[in-house]
Amino acid sequence: MIRFEQVSVTYEGARAPALRDADFTVPEGELTLLVGPSGVGKSTLLGAVSGLVPHFTGGRLRGRVTVAGRDTRTHRPRELADVVGTVGQDPSAHFVTDVVEDELAYGMESLGLPPAVMRRRVEETLDLLGLNELRDRPLATLSGGQRQRVAIGSVLTPHPRVLVLDEPTSALDPGAAEEVLAVLQRLVHDLGTTVLMAEHRLERVVQYADRVLLLAAPGAAPVLGSPAEIMAVSPVHPPVVSLGRLAGWSPLPLSVRNARRLSPTLLTRLPPTPPATCPTPAPPAFEARGAGRSPAQPGAAGAARATAPHRTFWSRLRRTPAPATTPATDPAPLPAQVTHLTLRRARAEILRDITLTVTAGETVALMGRNGAGKSTLLATLAGTLAPTTGKVLVGGRTPHRTPPPEMIRRVALVPQDPRDLLYADTVAAECAAADADAGAAPGTCRALVTSLLPGVPDDTHPRDLSEGQRLVLALALVLTGGPALVLLDEPTRGLDYAAKARLVEILRALAADGHAIVLATHDVELAAELAHRVVILAGGEVVADGPTAEVVVSSPAFAPQVAKVLAPAHWLTVSQVASALSPHPEDHPA
Amino acid sequence: MTPLARGPRTVTTHAAAPGHQAPAGGGPGGAGEGSRVPAYDKRGLRGAPEARRGNALHAGAWWVWALGLATGASRTTNPLLLGLIVAVAGYVVAVRRTAAPWARSYGAFLRLGLVVIGLRLVFSTLLGSPVPGAHTLVTLPEVALPAWAQGIRLGGRVSAEQLVFAFYDGAKLAALLVCVGAANALANPARLLKSLPAALYEAGVAVVVAMTFAPNMVADVARLRTARRLRGRPTGGVKAVLQIGLPVLEGALERSVAVAASMDARGYGRTAQVPAAVRRTTSALTLGGLLGMCAGTYGLLAAQGAVFGLPVLLLGLALALAGLRLGGRRSLRTRYRPDRWGGRAWLVAGSGAAVAALLAYAAVTDPEGLRPGVVPLVAPALPLWPAAAILIGLLPALVAPVPPKEASSL
Repeated sequence: MIRFEQVSVTYEGARAPALRDADFTVPEGELTLLVGPSGVGKSTLLGAVSGLVPHFTGGRLRGRVTVAGRDTRTHRPRELADVVGTVGQDPSAHFVTDVVEDELAYGMESLGLPPAVMRRRVEETLDLLGLNELRDRPLATLSGGQRQRVAIGSVLTPHPRVLVLDEPTSALDPGAAEEVLAVLQRLVHDLGTTVLMAEHRLERVVQYADRVLLLAAPGAAPVLGSPAEIMAVSPVHPPVVSLGRLAGWSPLPLSVRNARRLSPTLLTRLPPTPPATCPTPAPPAFEARGAGRSPAQPGAAGAARATAPHRTFWSRLRRTPAPATTPATDPAPLPAQVTHLTLRRARAEILRDITLTVTAGETVALMGRNGAGKSTLLATLAGTLAPTTGKVLVGGRTPHRTPPPEMIRRVALVPQDPRDLLYADTVAAECAAADADAGAAPGTCRALVTSLLPGVPDDTHPRDLSEGQRLVLALALVLTGGPALVLLDEPTRGLDYAAKARLVEILRALAADGHAIVLATHDVELAAELAHRVVILAGGEVVADGPTAEVVVSSPAFAPQVAKVLAPAHWLTVSQVASALSPHPEDHPA
Repeated sequence: MTPLARGPRTVTTHAAAPGHQAPAGGGPGGAGEGSRVPAYDKRGLRGAPEARRGNALHAGAWWVWALGLATGASRTTNPLLLGLIVAVAGYVVAVRRTAAPWARSYGAFLRLGLVVIGLRLVFSTLLGSPVPGAHTLVTLPEVALPAWAQGIRLGGRVSAEQLVFAFYDGAKLAALLVCVGAANALANPARLLKSLPAALYEAGVAVVVAMTFAPNMVADVARLRTARRLRGRPTGGVKAVLQIGLPVLEGALERSVAVAASMDARGYGRTAQVPAAVRRTTSALTLGGLLGMCAGTYGLLAAQGAVFGLPVLLLGLALALAGLRLGGRRSLRTRYRPDRWGGRAWLVAGSGAAVAALLAYAAVTDPEGLRPGVVPLVAPALPLWPAAAILIGLLPALVAPVPPKEASSL
């Protein structure tokens, strides 16, 4: 269906080709997953299928790419529009119109399909993707998962034979990602669509793949093979594969289900309970039943920390025996203390009655679906949003009333897109500005950058850094003021496994230094690696708050793969299992 | 189809116009709300149906209606009639607008109208006026201007007549603006573009994309200002604007490149081959037609040109339409669910046209009533039948489909 013959792509001004010696055939009617570390040319390869590379991006393509028999050299992207549907990384950048129904019809209008056909296909696609309730909604009001589904729908309506997707689930919460993947699988199984998709979060997608196309390193030729074959050699692989490699399972399991079948042998080699992950024994996790409706409750788990001075009307009604302890009156102010925080925007309550305390040295993961209020809570802690009612104290100060120069000595927030924090042309200029902003001694920031991001020269333009490097640079900039509280919003979006491992190391070191860290994330594996405590938000309320192992193991959506494989034992990460198996003591997470 | 579904006024004509369904007709647009009125409920059958995609009033009908009111307003300087026109437009907007962002433009145009009246008064006070007046209100110090500026006066006597004349004149312009504002508030601009001829489609897309960019850029500015705070910098001031400006423009550029790539990959710009002669004829027809339309419109709106205005306008329109039709041959595009021009659209557009025609007639037969004199200074009277004619403009408030509550604020 898609045929690459000795394809190399070199962009203008680049020294080395972005893609080299690609020679493979993607079979029809299968879901092919494109994997590889960042910067190996995955997006280039996808762009070459739709003809956007090189017609739109420029550069030089050698060799030949044919899609359904059409050569992309002689066919411009618009002439391939009826056979290839492309969805990029950011669905909102894909939208041309403003309403769901019009967006679905746009591609067909361009192709000149008769109105009756368009009408029928729009209705079919609305049903296929479960979008009927949203048909009249403006695109700007949709959530991330809904947008992704609309973007997929908008390229499906012309009935393309090939669908090309670049990281379709990386911005989505686990539930929404499942939704999108279910749709893709349905397309492959029921309609025979050929799907080629790149994704970093392999734990989400690898079990759906029929074939895997591996780009192992920059300049390496792509290798196509069955998922098990490729995963055995791939430098990027999901935790379940690491666990399988560690345990020496063969054939290598790719799904949790297969791994569970093999797990009894491993469990016999492991101690019955994992080594204690928390320095202090924590009480069992609080979990609200019927999430979304139950009122916010300070988690019983955090009872020692999460204080409940006056309990809410609802909690009294439910007679929850939450121990009401008085707040600890230690001399140093807590990094963050939130009491009965409610935040309204127009009529909508984004956050409702949140009570949360973060102590020094603690790492807290905020989880929950898109739009649950995670980013808003972080913004309130950083002082960029003012609470409607309730109290927020960060390092003893009220964030939104404290002038920014003082606030950055107490709290650091890295937003979803770290580029928002970068203004200067060079790393050195950014560092000098950060020193000046924070009133720190000149060189403070540069020293931080050097320790967190070794080997980046002063004159590098921040835009030329990779996603992971840019994130760490932004982190170093906001750490210059020496804040006790570090907030990160979706730090692993777009990061490959290597960059993620590096980030985990950095954050662990920060926590060991006594920094309190709060991460808002959809990445369950990251939460399992790092967090001491997980707080789950739903509809702006806290529905669960407790030690990571307790909260995530029982949850189908938020459990990491290792926990799913080895449940009901509380193992969370591969490194935990590895250290329990190997005789020499290794620093395990949390 | 269902004549009962319409008000008694509409029973006589266009009963079988397509695109009109009874409220509970269960059209394909139905999202399945459970609260819909059943078909046999009499209350549901009277009044206009709830607006949905399928029965939405053609955006062009709103524009014809609003331009009709505007033409009517241009025929009179009677402040009572002008006020009535503004009130009629305001009432229709109030009962038929959606929660969409553009629907708030009526208020903005109203304020703009007040500014226009204010400016007109200020200029009249400062620059004087040829209107003779016996009632001197105040005498401003007069600035002596050099000989080459003869005929221009700065300061001097300000008479009540002159101010009243300026007010009437300003009110006329304000009423025109408010009518345009009403059309803006009622007609979905994206849908209006859908109704454009195929040849104009590409220009239309540029406008639509630009419209979605403005809110995105506003969001970018807000996000980057927040980010400045995270670096410990003040969010206001010239420096902040300069530092934010570049990333915002960069973001807008990146987004436009992404949209362009997406449009290209989705088949935008696929065209059919047409002979060169056809292309040239198209250009000539379109250009000539547009020129004719401009001249004709000017004639209609100017006080003396009504005689030649209409024929020239119609000729220009015909030429332009022919040009556009020919130009449409190049485009392969089809349209998904364009707004249909049904009975209700005829009624809405007709009511505006009626107001225009009746006021134009009144301006000829009753010039004193429509243009109250200022010398001598008299209170304007309300001419009865032109006022009644303006009230025809209220028809859309009865026949246009009612927008659902919270239509786009979900």
